[in-house]
Amino acid sequence: MLADLPLLSLVIWTPILGGVLVLFASKEEQAGMAKIIALAAAVITFLLTIPLYTSFDLATHQMQFVENTPWISAFNINYHLGVDGISMPLILLTAFTSILVVIAGWDNIKHKTAQYMAAFLIMDGLMIGVFAALDSILFYVFWEAMLIPMFLIIGIWGGERRVYATIKFFLYTFLGSVFMLVALIYMYTQSGTFGILDFHGIKLGMTEQILIFLAFLLAFAVKVPMWPVHTWLPDAHVEAPTGGSVILAAIMLKMGTYGFVRFSMPITPDAAQNLDWLMITLSLIAIVYIAFVALVQKDMKKLIAYSSISHMGFVTLGFFVVYMIAENTGSVQGAAMGIEGALVQMISHGFISGAMFLCIGVMYDRMHSRLISDYGGVANTMPVFAGFMVFFAMANAGLPGTSGFVGEFLVILSAFKANFWIAFLAATTLIFGAAYTLWMVKRVIFGEVANEKVAALKDLNNREFFILGTLAVAVLILGLWPAPLLDVMHATVDHLVQQITTSKLPNL
Amino acid sequence: MPDLMPALPEMFLLTMACIILLADLFISDKNRVFTYLLSLATLGVTAALTVAMHTPEPVYTFDGSFVSDTMGDVLKVFVYLVTAVAFIYSRDYLLARNIFKGEYFVLGLFAVLGMMVLISAHSMLTIYLGLELLSLSLYAMVAFQRDSSKATEAAMKYFVLGALASGMLLYGMSLIYGITGTLDIGGVHTAIIGLEDSKQMVLGLGLVLVIVGMAFKLGAVPFHMWMPDVYHGAPTAVTLFISTAPKIAAFAMIMRLLVEGLGDLHAQWRDILIIMAVLSMLVGNVIAIAQTNIKRMLAYSTISHVGFLLLGILAGTQAGYSASMFYVIVYALMGMGGFGVIILLSRSGFEADKLDDFKGLNDRSPWFAFIMMILMFSMAGVPPALGFYAKLAVLQAVIGAGLAWLAVVAVIFSIIGAFYYLRIIKLMYFDKAEDTNPIETSTDMKVVLSANGLGILFLGLAPGSLLALCTAAIG
Repeated sequence: MLADLPLLSLVIWTPILGGVLVLFASKEEQAGMAKIIALAAAVITFLLTIPLYTSFDLATHQMQFVENTPWISAFNINYHLGVDGISMPLILLTAFTSILVVIAGWDNIKHKTAQYMAAFLIMDGLMIGVFAALDSILFYVFWEAMLIPMFLIIGIWGGERRVYATIKFFLYTFLGSVFMLVALIYMYTQSGTFGILDFHGIKLGMTEQILIFLAFLLAFAVKVPMWPVHTWLPDAHVEAPTGGSVILAAIMLKMGTYGFVRFSMPITPDAAQNLDWLMITLSLIAIVYIAFVALVQKDMKKLIAYSSISHMGFVTLGFFVVYMIAENTGSVQGAAMGIEGALVQMISHGFISGAMFLCIGVMYDRMHSRLISDYGGVANTMPVFAGFMVFFAMANAGLPGTSGFVGEFLVILSAFKANFWIAFLAATTLIFGAAYTLWMVKRVIFGEVANEKVAALKDLNNREFFILGTLAVAVLILGLWPAPLLDVMHATVDHLVQQITTSKLPNL
Repeated sequence: MPDLMPALPEMFLLTMACIILLADLFISDKNRVFTYLLSLATLGVTAALTVAMHTPEPVYTFDGSFVSDTMGDVLKVFVYLVTAVAFIYSRDYLLARNIFKGEYFVLGLFAVLGMMVLISAHSMLTIYLGLELLSLSLYAMVAFQRDSSKATEAAMKYFVLGALASGMLLYGMSLIYGITGTLDIGGVHTAIIGLEDSKQMVLGLGLVLVIVGMAFKLGAVPFHMWMPDVYHGAPTAVTLFISTAPKIAAFAMIMRLLVEGLGDLHAQWRDILIIMAVLSMLVGNVIAIAQTNIKRMLAYSTISHVGFLLLGILAGTQAGYSASMFYVIVYALMGMGGFGVIILLSRSGFEADKLDDFKGLNDRSPWFAFIMMILMFSMAGVPPALGFYAKLAVLQAVIGAGLAWLAVVAVIFSIIGAFYYLRIIKLMYFDKAEDTNPIETSTDMKVVLSANGLGILFLGLAPGSLLALCTAAIG
């Protein structure tokens, strides 16, 4: 019965229509109602995603819950949706995070509450659309449309330099994606279709593949973000309101890496193999160099922003060591582990970075400062909060038992099969990551009470406790028992590895 | 006796324009709204006639100098639509400035007649006739606010440069006529096939002059100089009109003359159009950033859109022509809304044409800030607004024609362009309002403007039918 419903459409359109509905309660005195509608829409959306997991067929790599109707017939563009083991967990993560974001904005958004909630709900739907789209133009529409609410969120509810940050964010991302659009259109002229799965099958020459790969790289690298196109992220993170930072870190960054496994690698496998050195180098620079940059940050949000870039380096590394492993071992079995590790890292980082930004948000709401130097000894006045903060910091540093460990461990393990030095450099992050995160925690949480403001802090209220508690549970479950997530991915990843290691060069 | 039926909409409109001109003499200022309503009704009936007289096969009449075909009919219907909306948006604006006169509507109707003739023209003479009827009406409309020195200056510039362009076009046409011995578009097409080499040079010169004339009318770089000044100086209601409907007619002129008549010279005019398109996108997008007046900014934005429009035409394929047709229609709908919002914010003695006048619009009117936001994202080519699909169609045609590099150039310029559209949104949403006067306007304008903005959004969610219409019209 459930399978007959157009579940994916429901999951996409419920929050969008909910967002529109919220806008009708846009008078300031109706803010309470706006929040309730928003929460209801977010919760319903999440509930609707649960059947995606429970009725998911683990045995197949085929797309599931497929919907396919013609949309723009003149260009053979279809409204084509479907999920596999890679996109389904990301959809769940998106819907889950959106609930937390709505709750997190409950008290601290004082003006234009309805517009705030509406923007997040609409973005919720659009982000799910990105992960569910199987037509490249549909994907592109969701991908770009998502920028609009985010642009407004940073610009309206952001910090002091919000205008600079949000325009930079928009133009950077727009810059990347228009080249992807050109690549998509080019493939349409070659194949007569915009279907992503059809793109997976078309033969392309090496030069074509490399150009297409680079166009995709620009779009996805900006989003991930990879060094050296990462500079928008610290700005956007610092200026965005807490909810915006959470969505950016937890979901939006994942779209870049999702793009690699959905587009770049299956469509242009030969180019990816050819340029894997480039991708691995960029990933290692992100992992090592950006970790050093994070170490010297004075602003907590900036520190976590750089930490995100560093952690996302693991994801790209996990994807692109595949080719080296295949070359070294002659088998693709070991390669699957790297990709699975990277995918777990994506989900796990969604929880942990979201939690870190929420923790900083909790402090910011009380102190209106993000500077590490303004804090000290928070543990004395906010013991419960300190417990959470330390826990998430440990998870961020990759402590075994938390979800942060699983992904990094799998990636490092598979990197050893590729090359010792790559694995070695990647593994240094366990040290550096611990250094910058725990050093920040030490300065902020522990020690003597730094000033009167800290002395006057009140501990978590129920709402905040609920949000952080839920995330802590998620991080623990995923860390101790990642099997349910890995099971979902297995079939898809095996197929993906097969796909990306099979040459697509036309037979001469 | 030629068959008059294909030209029935034109004849009806001419009759009605004359009747309105006469009737207006007997209507007092108090009852001027009758002129307005009658003009709208005229456009409505003309649209109905155009649809009713439509035949799938092209019908030629007046010895082949007039054609009624699908492309023409579709474009004409959009001309009526845009004009009617322009009239509706103008009413409050004209009333507030005490220039709510019958002449405005009569001139507007004559301009529409000119556009109809231009769209249906199938001989160089008819093209010129339609173009002049259109242009002369527009010159007068720009100067309509006669006590405004800016408007008078704008009209003067427009007239002088427009006359120069017409001269070029006419000279080019006469050279082509000299070589081919015919004014008929179809005749020109057959005559230039297998033309001996000695005549090629003169034909080439004629081609260049014709393109110059058309580029002037369209506003493509380097023949764009008049646009910012005229857009800025003319009353906003007139700017709204001249920036939208005539572009649709100009597209038809290019289709008839360049594509249908001189299609065999595609290899030659393609390169000229590439240069003009790239320059238009460059100049339009870059200079728009430096503007502080929104009417000037939209003038440069129009120039950049013209660049995109040319891309589809120069692709030289059916897909390219229909993409350009789609683009010009979408552009007209967006431009209409953009100037409509300026009119909405303006009032007696206050033009609202500075960028700063948009500050804090979200606080003053969240709804119209939202409408303007859709329009700006649409012009920037951000989905899901309609403008994205227009760019998509054009880029697809360009890449399909093997000019992928040109598509890359185009998208780079559209990134630059995104900046100044974003700035408007920034002003509306992120800044505090300086002007706190309430926004007052009539209900019909509110309704139409809302429909205009939402139309851009909803057509963006389902652009299939409009695209299919354009494909069918060209095919």
